Amino acid sequence: MTFINYASREINCKIVYYGPGLCGKTTNLQHIFESTAPQSRGKLISLATETDRTLFFDFMPLELGTVRGFKTRFHLYTVPGQVFYDASRKLILKGVDGVVFVADSQEERMDANVESLYNLEENLQTQGYDLMKLPYVLQLNKRDLPNIIPADELAAELRRKEEPVVEAVAASGAGVFDTLKAVAKQVLTELRKG
Amino acid sequence: MADTPLLLREQQYHQIKAVLARLRMDSAAKVVFLVDKDGQEIASQGELGNLDTTSLASLAAGNVAATGGMAQLIGEKEFPTLSHEGERESIHISVIGRLLLIVVFDERSSLGLVKLRSKQVSHQLAVMVDEISKAEFTDEDTAFAEITDEDIDSLFQ
Repeated sequence: MTFINYASREINCKIVYYGPGLCGKTTNLQHIFESTAPQSRGKLISLATETDRTLFFDFMPLELGTVRGFKTRFHLYTVPGQVFYDASRKLILKGVDGVVFVADSQEERMDANVESLYNLEENLQTQGYDLMKLPYVLQLNKRDLPNIIPADELAAELRRKEEPVVEAVAASGAGVFDTLKAVAKQVLTELRKG
Repeated sequence: MADTPLLLREQQYHQIKAVLARLRMDSAAKVVFLVDKDGQEIASQGELGNLDTTSLASLAAGNVAATGGMAQLIGEKEFPTLSHEGERESIHISVIGRLLLIVVFDERSSLGLVKLRSKQVSHQLAVMVDEISKAEFTDEDTAFAEITDEDIDSLFQ
């Protein structure tokens, strides 16, 4: 839920990165963290297992700049992608303003993508949200790997509405900021409508 | 669709800060925060120093969300308070509707005093929180309606 503090002149919004296990959600945040000037971001908090799998969430606050005298701060979260962490994913979606679905472009991960997308819709519904009305971007990640599904085919399978689709290689940073920009624009546009 | 924004007006912000300041004094606490259950920091008072309040707010909300999930599994609605005792400093969290009152204290205070004082201000804060939750955009909030595509694009240059 967008929080507007008139005293400190701040707009705070929550973006959640969703997707199946090992699709690149944490990698997206790590790249944003490493590429952003320290004064424009906070710490990257990662609650992870000993093998660096997200256990609860990753979190990073990001200050994008000032709009109409208000500082715009985006709180970026990732969810744990492994199937059995569904209870945690539900909690992290609470108060979300925009969602990025990170799809793994590899052929063998197609079923996982579909399952995770269905899970996202279900969990949003549980929290009282409708994906069709929420700022949303589809990122097709790992476009550098050899065994990938063509982008148009993947998008056709996973797209839910006319959401922006961004091809990415999160490990190198390609498409990461385009994705963030796309979802942030939608969130701020919703605020304007409000 | 996304929830309507949470609007905190300047007067409300200063009123909340005053309540937190009094709580900090009465409970001999080090720092007092008010945080939204979604992890957004609303207001804080005290010896902040280099404390990363943004991360603390997010982690506290995650903590309450996780333990709230556990509570529901055992048939409880939620745990209204959480306490974490450290070697030198401790944290006490009270759930007040959609907000969390977080008190960080050390040997200058005690859990009993913090709990008592937190409970005493919880009703006052609950009323304030209720007002904030009901706030809507007014005709004075033209700034947001005037946001242009160029304004948004300029954030990414």
